[in-house]
Amino acid sequence: MSKLLKHRDIRLKQRYRAEAFFRSCGLFAISLGVFFLLVLLYSVFSQGVSAFWQTSLTLSVKLDAKIIDPEGRRANDPQIICIADYPRLLRNALAEELGVSLDDLVSLREVSRMFSFGAGSQLRDLVVKNPQLIGTSQKLTFLAASHVDSVFKGQVNLSVSETKRKLSNKQLEWMKKLAYEGILHKTFNFGFFIFSASSRPEMSGLGVALIGSFYMMFIVLLCSLPIGVAAAVYLEEYAGRNRFTDLIEVNINNLAAVPSIIFGLLGLVVFIHFLGLPRSSSLVGGLVLTLMTFPTIIIATRSALRAVSPSIRLAALGLGASKTQTVFQHVIPLAIPGILTGTILGLAHALGETAPLLLIGMVAFVANYPVSPMDPATAVPVQIYMWANEAERAFVERTFCAIIVLLMFLALMNIAAVLLRNRFERRF
Amino acid sequence: MNPELSIKMRGLDVKVFYDSNQALHGITLSILENNVTALIGPSGCGKSTFLRCLNRMNDTIEGARVTGHVFLDEEDIYDSSLDVVELRSRVGMVFQKPNPFPKSIYENVAYGPRIHGLARSRLELDEIVEKSLLKAGLFNEIKDRLHDAGTGLSGGQQQRLCIARAIAVSPEVILMDEPCSALDPIATARIEELIDDLRKNYTIVIVTHSMQQAARVSQFTAMFHLGTLIEFGATETIFTSPKEQRTQDYITGRFG
Ligand SMILES: Nc1ncnc2c1ncn2[C@@H]1O[C@H](COP(=O)(O)OP(=O)(O)O)[C@@H](O)[C@H]1O
Ligand SMILES: [Mg+2]
Repeated sequence: MSKLLKHRDIRLKQRYRAEAFFRSCGLFAISLGVFFLLVLLYSVFSQGVSAFWQTSLTLSVKLDAKIIDPEGRRANDPQIICIADYPRLLRNALAEELGVSLDDLVSLREVSRMFSFGAGSQLRDLVVKNPQLIGTSQKLTFLAASHVDSVFKGQVNLSVSETKRKLSNKQLEWMKKLAYEGILHKTFNFGFFIFSASSRPEMSGLGVALIGSFYMMFIVLLCSLPIGVAAAVYLEEYAGRNRFTDLIEVNINNLAAVPSIIFGLLGLVVFIHFLGLPRSSSLVGGLVLTLMTFPTIIIATRSALRAVSPSIRLAALGLGASKTQTVFQHVIPLAIPGILTGTILGLAHALGETAPLLLIGMVAFVANYPVSPMDPATAVPVQIYMWANEAERAFVERTFCAIIVLLMFLALMNIAAVLLRNRFERRF
Repeated sequence: MNPELSIKMRGLDVKVFYDSNQALHGITLSILENNVTALIGPSGCGKSTFLRCLNRMNDTIEGARVTGHVFLDEEDIYDSSLDVVELRSRVGMVFQKPNPFPKSIYENVAYGPRIHGLARSRLELDEIVEKSLLKAGLFNEIKDRLHDAGTGLSGGQQQRLCIARAIAVSPEVILMDEPCSALDPIATARIEELIDDLRKNYTIVIVTHSMQQAARVSQFTAMFHLGTLIEFGATETIFTSPKEQRTQDYITGRFG
């Protein structure tokens, strides 16, 4: 009897059950999130990694003076070297490897289609730079055509009838032979990071987009960090609470929630139409992204400032530090980890932003590298958007590969945020 | 009162409002030089509020408004001619919860002299830091850890660090708001000893919840109740023969 009395009914069972239920809910939610993340990463990587390699042809090319300069006039007319028939040199070199007769014009056409369109210009650039090579034989590596690349990577269904394929059976045979001889092989696709826009997938890359994104990030950092932090410090530490500051506060919070495409519209009207800044330029893109980022930075900075213990302010003020000394010598240093984290997350957000850039004309076919932020450029996410509209297999692969690059940049920025935070927090 | 005692600070009809809520109803009180004055009274009676009037820390509270006069020596500290930064360098403060800066012990103590330009050289600064830590009775414990974090010390040590930090600016008056309420009895005893030592060179005003502490460390006691000063006098008199019934009741623990 007395033993029974010792146990009180304090609903222990229900409480533990509720706890177990909550834990399993949490676990389930996390597993679901991880699952989808893995699915995303798997689908992106499985389709995109192949674009890091590109099929190339390495063969020895005879720089035949009779083809480059049949009349021997190059000493007087250097122009000749520039307009010579380089694709023919390539074709002849490959035909020789394949044992195709130079009289079999039909086969020769198929031989020349194995090369990328850019191979001829590559050879031309080499010869124009080093005219003394004329007459010699050079072992060189050229890009293969994108169909060859796709087939070589096993991305094309070869069981369909020959007429519906880009490559004939003869070309497939040649590929086997060339691969066996080591002429056809895969190389690391440096071009993907260097080339600009092109209608030929093997010659298009992220070059312009990377430069554009870099300019824009630089502009965003340069503009939004000082302005955002200054605004936040003023609002949080100096401005009193009144109608006016309340209004500003509400507006900043709203600004952070405005759909990004509206910022693009704003940029179009203000920066391009009103201020006359160049369309498609990374300057305008950067300014638009600044507008988007700096509410985020203000909000992050304000909450970082607010998180600094009031006792630190009192300690400084009590010693006779002025308001400004208190803020700059005690409060801001303690808020720096939070400010940095907010800034980097804002930048990462800006890096992935696409919609506003479409409106200011950054969705453009830009073949020349932007020398300054005033020149037309694109951005990595915009490039992804443009490639995603292409049907060719080689572009699909590039789309996913560009996504991998973008994700890697985002991951790097987030890691940087964590490292910086730890570094600054470790000071006591 | 003893004629050789001179008045260091004097509040004259001090009223404090937090927005529309009046916390102090006209306090007139003198703080005597080189003595410890204890402010006692039940929670919420305005002790901290009055203490904050003495170095204008109420300025930092939004909505707080102070009327009346507070004199430091013969100067009215609410007169615009006395800068608040200068005032706080002359009237230091130690808070209820130890609040060292998240910096090294050395930097904590050196901060005040640095911003006020009290040291002309690094050597002089070292000397000020060492002396302040000595006076706060902390130096011997931490002399080989000067460059370790101040926040890594124990609660009692942190509070003594805060006292050293306040002393380093060479104030004339030190205000302490329940400096021992977060500390264990041993740390409390050390601080009480320290306060008794400091009295020789500084004028001290201390808010305390502990009657024993008030009796032990103070020479004068002011009893607050509901925003008014109900009794002020020598501590001995207040504790042995208070004039007011409410004081008697509070001291003996019948309310508070
Ligand atoms: N920052 C503040 N804002 C508004 N009211 C305050 C503030 N500080 C104190 N008060 C009010 O002033 C009165 C006195 O408070 P306080 O001086 O802190 O009392 P004590 O220190 O004696 O416990 C209390 O009624 C309290 O509610
Ligand atoms: Mg208090």
